[in-house]
Amino acid sequence: MAWFHKNKQPLEPPKEKRVQTEGLWVKCGACRRILWKKDLEANLLCCPRCGHHFKMSARARLEMLFDHGRYVEHDAHLASSDPLQFRDTKSYRDRLRRAEKATGLKDALITGEGLLAGKPAIICAMEFDFIGGSMGAVVGEKIARAIDRCLAQRHPLVIVSCSGGARMMEGAISLMQMAKISAGLARLDEAQRPYISVLSDPTTGGVSASFAMLGDLNIAEPGALIGFAGPRVIEQTIRQKLPEGFQRAEFLLAHGMLDAIVPRKELKAYLARTLNLLGAWDS
Amino acid sequence: MRSEIEKQIAELERYAESEAVREEIERLRQQLAAGRDGFQPTGPATDAWDRVLLARHPQRPYTLDYISALFTEFTELHGDRRFGDDGAIVGGLARFEGRPVMVVGHQKGRDTKQKLLRNFGMPNPEGYRKAMRLMHLAAKFRLPIVTFVDTPGAYPGIGAEERGQAEAIALNLREMPKLRTPVVVVIHGEGGSGGALAIAVGDRVLMLENAIYSVISPESCSSILWRDWDHKQEAARILKLTAQDLQGFGIIDEVIPEPPGGAHNDLGQTAASIRLRLSAALNELSRLPLEELLKQRYERLRRLATFVEESGHRAAG
Repeated sequence: MAWFHKNKQPLEPPKEKRVQTEGLWVKCGACRRILWKKDLEANLLCCPRCGHHFKMSARARLEMLFDHGRYVEHDAHLASSDPLQFRDTKSYRDRLRRAEKATGLKDALITGEGLLAGKPAIICAMEFDFIGGSMGAVVGEKIARAIDRCLAQRHPLVIVSCSGGARMMEGAISLMQMAKISAGLARLDEAQRPYISVLSDPTTGGVSASFAMLGDLNIAEPGALIGFAGPRVIEQTIRQKLPEGFQRAEFLLAHGMLDAIVPRKELKAYLARTLNLLGAWDS
Repeated sequence: MRSEIEKQIAELERYAESEAVREEIERLRQQLAAGRDGFQPTGPATDAWDRVLLARHPQRPYTLDYISALFTEFTELHGDRRFGDDGAIVGGLARFEGRPVMVVGHQKGRDTKQKLLRNFGMPNPEGYRKAMRLMHLAAKFRLPIVTFVDTPGAYPGIGAEERGQAEAIALNLREMPKLRTPVVVVIHGEGGSGGALAIAVGDRVLMLENAIYSVISPESCSSILWRDWDHKQEAARILKLTAQDLQGFGIIDEVIPEPPGGAHNDLGQTAASIRLRLSAALNELSRLPLEELLKQRYERLRRLATFVEESGHRAAG
């Protein structure tokens, strides 16, 4: 019965295949279709087949929203000072350096001032590729300054969130940014300057539990994951599978937490229209 | 003591289908395994992890213990007028050294039944909304507000998300800076992230020597960075979550000393230490004109800015 025993060496796992077209094609996370990247970009990073919204960089976001993609950036030079001297398996400083190299940004948010459908506005956009879009002292200070500018110049404010929450590596200092930004928004509120919060995928933790939920309007992109606790934490706590669609934008809309779900293609027009209706530019 | 913990585990296991209980069982088991039942430091606690254990000590005084030690005529007020009455948040009218005040705080439970009633001190959205309702009530009648912070965090559950946990916390963060009355915060146990902060925005933040205040628990921090819970002690150290650390950052204003071995060794003495600082803070704040009070409250938060301004200003577009 020797033919039962194969003397062959175990099969080598196939070496990682390098597809030469890398960078030209991407797979849609929702419908799994392979898309030509140029098509995807021409469609504002939304799948042309199923409409799935891909993550958008902060730069691309501001270019999409401001007229002709033109804006002046504020406070671009602010960078983290690593207040805790945080070091785990890697140092926080290394993580910062790598994030800066990957994104060309010094932290996870860009503040831009420019024209939105011909009218002045300040828009902050978060960058997920910078340590998960996490909020530390720099994000806190940049938004606080953006609010100051809105108060001084009577501009409306838009913040596009894309973040896992507060930045662990800045400890309680990052926690305090939630209070600091919210206190600033209280001033904007009292001055009756409109603030629209745009929640994109994902917006969770300390970001959702502060400025992202404090808009005069809270609007979200389709399918965006939005919540206080991340789904994994909830599953671990209650030891149950979460229902399909839990914490997605559509779920929040149904539970009364959002004013609207606005597809990316319509976002700019939506912002311009609602800000106008709110009297953002009435003199 | 050991059998005491085992008894607690056995009791909890009867409720094991209910949410959050399994986590508590796990925590007790770990305590048992670590031989850390009723942890008693021999000298003053110096390591951050020792303070974590003291802050979570099963005999540590809870908010209602401090309320009865510090206030008279405490009259509990219930409910958020929207959904329910959250047992993890208590609050009500009371008198402090003769003057009427509003007290609000997280409440943990001592025995199994109480723990379930208090949801282990983890509020749902209705808890934060109740807290805000009481604080607005206080501001309306110009009563100073004292909050007591002691929570592992806001509850991460399905119902909490459905009813807007994030929105509830966020709204408190926006409303507390506007309260037209003095607000003093006492962090006496666990200051668990946003769930703690949601009642911790004030004019003065006082913190007990062995209390902790952090953006994330050492356990979760360890599991994110090292992918296991074995580095929680190191995580506690690097998170800089002790009162001393936080005073250095300007996040808290005063460290309140505890009796040797921790607050649970002498509630009376701990309460007396709190009374002294609370009284001083309230006297000081009541003398400030309201607009000045609000301005200073905002500036206190605004100063929490640690960053560097690097050269090479870049304009885009």
